[in-house]
Order: sequence, then C-alpha cells, then structure tokens
Amino acid sequence: MRKKLLFAALLTLLCILSFGCQSKKEKLYVYNWGEYIDPEVLEAFEEEYDIEVVYSTFDSNEEMYAKLHSGTATYDVICPSDYMINRMAQEGLLQELNKDNLPNLENIGAEYMTSSQNFDPGNKYSVPYCWGTVGILYNKTMVEGEITSWGVLFDETYKGQILMIDSVRDAYMVALTYLGYSQNTTNRDEIQEATELLHSQSSLVQAYVVDQVRDKMVGNEAAIGVIYSGEAIYTQRSNSDLVYVVPEEGSNVWIDSWVIPKDAKNVSAAEKWIDYMCRPEVALKNFDYITYSTPNAAAKELITDEDIKNSLIAFPDEATLARCETFQYLGEENEHYYLDEWAKVK
Amino acid sequence: MKNKKKAFWNQALLSGPYLLWMGLFILIPLFIVLYYGLTDGSGAFTLENVKKISEPIYMRSLLLSLKLSLYSTLICLLIAYPLAMVLRSLHLKNQNLIVMVFILPMWINFLLRTIAWLTILENNGVLNSFLRLLGFQGLSIINTPAAIVVGMVYDFLPFMILPVYNSLAKIDDNLVAASKDLGANSLQTFRRVILPLSLPGIISGITMVFIPSLTTFAISQILGGGKQNLIGNFIEQQFLLYYDWNAGSGLSLVLMIFILISMAFVAKFDKKQEGTNLW
Repeated sequence: MRKKLLFAALLTLLCILSFGCQSKKEKLYVYNWGEYIDPEVLEAFEEEYDIEVVYSTFDSNEEMYAKLHSGTATYDVICPSDYMINRMAQEGLLQELNKDNLPNLENIGAEYMTSSQNFDPGNKYSVPYCWGTVGILYNKTMVEGEITSWGVLFDETYKGQILMIDSVRDAYMVALTYLGYSQNTTNRDEIQEATELLHSQSSLVQAYVVDQVRDKMVGNEAAIGVIYSGEAIYTQRSNSDLVYVVPEEGSNVWIDSWVIPKDAKNVSAAEKWIDYMCRPEVALKNFDYITYSTPNAAAKELITDEDIKNSLIAFPDEATLARCETFQYLGEENEHYYLDEWAKVK
Repeated sequence: MKNKKKAFWNQALLSGPYLLWMGLFILIPLFIVLYYGLTDGSGAFTLENVKKISEPIYMRSLLLSLKLSLYSTLICLLIAYPLAMVLRSLHLKNQNLIVMVFILPMWINFLLRTIAWLTILENNGVLNSFLRLLGFQGLSIINTPAAIVVGMVYDFLPFMILPVYNSLAKIDDNLVAASKDLGANSLQTFRRVILPLSLPGIISGITMVFIPSLTTFAISQILGGGKQNLIGNFIEQQFLLYYDWNAGSGLSLVLMIFILISMAFVAKFDKKQEGTNLW
C-alpha cells in the first residue's frame, strides 16, 4: 500500500512539474541559420521585452522550406536567403511588413534595400540581416602565386586539395559563372554543360562540404575551398595563411533577411525582434560574433577596428559587387532540374 | 478460469503503455510511409516511387550501401566474437560491469562520436600525425568508403558484442565439459557445441548492425565527404531538397524490404531458442 501511495505521489509530482514549468510568458518562435546570432543578443532581447524566444536553426534554405512546407511547425520570424524569399513571396507564404512598427529600419543602408528589390520588389516582405559574397578561400603556403579565377577549382594540379561547396545552386553558380553563363540560367544546354564540368571536377575534389569547410581550411586539410565571405573572416582569425578572393569571372552576392510568415501567431513580437536586430549596437554585436557582413550602415560606423571596417571581405568595393549577381527563384520545374543534374555530378 | 481472466487483464495493463507507444510511433508512421510510397502527389495508387530505385544513380548507391553494411557487419562480428569468447572464459562475477563498459561509448551522442572520427582520420588528423611521428607515411582514409565503414563499425559494435556475449555466457559449462569428456578436441567442441548454441546471438547481432548500417546517412555525410552517397542520403535528399515525400517514402519501402528479409532470417534461427536480444 505504501509503495502504491509513493508511486501515486511521484506521478502527481511529475505531472505538476511538467505542466508547472510551462510559463505563461509571451512566446516568439524564431527560425534562423545555425551559428547566426550572438547568444547574448538573444538573451538581452528576452530580458528587455520579457518575451520567451523559442529558437530553432536550419542548415539550408531548402531544409527550412521543407519544414515550413510540411506544415508541422509554425514560426513567427524566419531568416531565409534572397531566392527563397522570392519563392515564398510568390507562393503567398509571407505577410507584408508594417514599416510603422520598424523605426530602426532607417539604419539599413539604402544600397541594400535597393539590392533587395531584386528578390523582394518594393521591399514589402523582408528586412536585410546579413549579406556577403561567395568566393575562393585558399592557403597561400599551399598554392603557387595569387588565385584570381574559378579555374583553379578545375585544375588537375590541385587534385585532392579542393573543397567544393555541397549546395546545388552555389555549386552550379561556380560552374556556370566560369563557363560565362548566368547563375540564374534556365537554358538546359548550359546547365548540362555545367554538369559535365562539375562531374569532371569530382575526381579532383577532396570533399563536398558546407559548414565543415571552415574547420578543414583552418586545419590545413585542403589548399582551396569555396566559402561564404562571412566564414572567410572567421577562418582568417585562426589561420593567417588563408586568403579570400571573389574571382574575376564574378560570383554570387546574397542577402539573408528577416521575414514574417503568413501564419505567424505573434506578429507584434516578431516586429519587435526585427526592429531590435536593426539597432546599430545589436547589429554590431552580432557582426563581431558571427563575422558576416552587416547591412546596417549605422552599425558599420560604430566599428572601431579600422582593419575590419575597411576589410574588402566584409565590405567589398563596388567593382567587385558589380561582377556579382543574386540568385533568383527559378520555379519548381527548373529547381528540380538543377537537383536532378546535381545528383549526376558526384 | 477467473484467475486466467485476471492474468489476461494484468498483462494487458502492463503491456498497455508499450503497445500504445508502438501503435503511435511505429505502426502509424509505417502506414504513413506505406501510403506515401504507393501514391503519387494527387493520392492515386502508383508504383513509380518504388520503381525509382531502378534508376542507375539510386541503384548504384543501394549497392554501395549493401556492400559497406556487409563489410561493417562482418568486421563487427570478427571483433565481437573473439572478445565475447574471452569474456566468457574469464567467468567474471560482475556481469553488469562488463555490460556497462560496452554501453559506455553509447552514452555519448552518436553524431559527436562520428565527428570525433573525422578529427582522427583526417589527412592532418590524429592518426596521421601519430604515424608521421613514427616515421610512416600518412594514410588517406577520410572521404573514402573505408572511412564510412570505420564509422559504422565503431558506432554499431556494441550492438554486436552484447547479443553475442549474452548467448555465449548462457552456455552451460557442463556442456563443454561433456563434449571434452566424449573426446572432442577444442576445435570440435567449438564447432559442434559452442558455435551452434551461440548462433541466435550472432544472428541477432548481425541484424542489429546490418540494419542501421544500411540506413545510415549521417555517417556517410560526415566521414564520406559528401562523395559517397548511400541510399540513406538520397532518401534524405528526397525529403529535404525535392520536398517529394512520395519518392522518399517509395525508396524507404525498398530499404524496408531488405529489413524484412533480415528479420525473417532472425525469426528462422530464433524459433527454437529463446530470444537472445540485445538486453
């Protein structure tokens, strides 16, 4: 009898604990890239607004979209990239932002609002958070001379020393740009030509990676890697032999922006979040932590380290940017075609 | 009669929570996979998703998966069996301690363990630094199928050791003594007595290693450098890149056929013996 009582008591306790822990605090569901925020910023936001942030992360736009598409989870604020914002807006998955509730939006540099129009005409749905280029990171002790072209990625001399990016559109961007085509091409012949080039490259590639490129380049595992500019700054902090270059043929420039999905439950908290991220000191703190370029002009002014402020990696000059394109969403049929072709590469 | 009824209800009550769990998280999801695998986007019946496996890309990755899981299962068996024999012969009193030693690595998350192997096997990793220190040439294992097999063996070895050890530990010493009494030498004793009696453990170990090896996608992603696409990787891509649940489920069904085959294999050998499952 006593045992039964004890058991019942334990069970009751368990119930109370599991329900009691659910606070009645307001909740905000944030869905962001992995390693894409300074955790202190998150805590400071929670404290200031007394909102509990439920923070989840994704590794690729496609993964984020798949989760949203399946309808298994709803989020209040998400940070996808340009072409994905384009797609989500086209499919009616986003809601228009109320700019009256985003006073700090004025801190975002005008040029970034203009670039955003490529994928978000009228800046209706998105607020830029981070941006950057895609380029080559190389170890100057392991290659001869300076690297300026995507061509090194297809060069026999670097067999086994190349880290290729494991992401469909980025990989095709490299091949298509090298071949002189647009990275947004839907011409099947051009895409097939790129497939052949990428396939012939596969015997030279040490590994296809996304996040791992950082650690591998820092650890001298490979001589050359395809990398996002923000990661490049991070790797240079740990290994001064690494050099980042945006190849002369051109490249991709991307913007990751905050959006509010149509079915968001807590829009007012989402607006507070976006506005908070646009504060200069918050944007600066994030920039210091994640090293991805900030579109926040006011935050850039606050950077005290002249090297970083003038860094061409973090803030490329206009000539470099003029060579770069942004991705556009090409429609489901074309995107699937790219995927099918990509499956033949490796 | 009354007692029997009572026993039935007691049993139902005790197994209830698990049956509920099984229904909710095993049976229903299986039926969902079956439904998606055998229908197209509009919900009409089709075999197209399952037939997708015959495309060269998927066929090749399925064969690679089968090959690598076979290797890893074999290596696990070759490591586990002698070890279990030694442990049996030690006649240790505290068996729980042994069991714990085997489970210990499983307390660490399996992804972390796999990433640890990445740092060991890399070109400038722990293993190669050590080899070079001794004056040998470094090995290039990382990003090859061999690296994936190493990861599989390390991650799934406990699943082989435990059932094999359990079945060996159960064998009565008197049987071995009797065999020797009747004039059998060590080899004959092993072949005629020990091996047949430990067979259920071996079979259960084989399936416990083979099935997770066949279906893994994380190990090949991390240790294969994205160059060795196993069938698991392609299934993952169907869901995450194509958003095609039908094709993903269809390919999963093909894998399930292999799983069913290996389960039938176990059932056949396990019929006479009492189950020698993992725990």
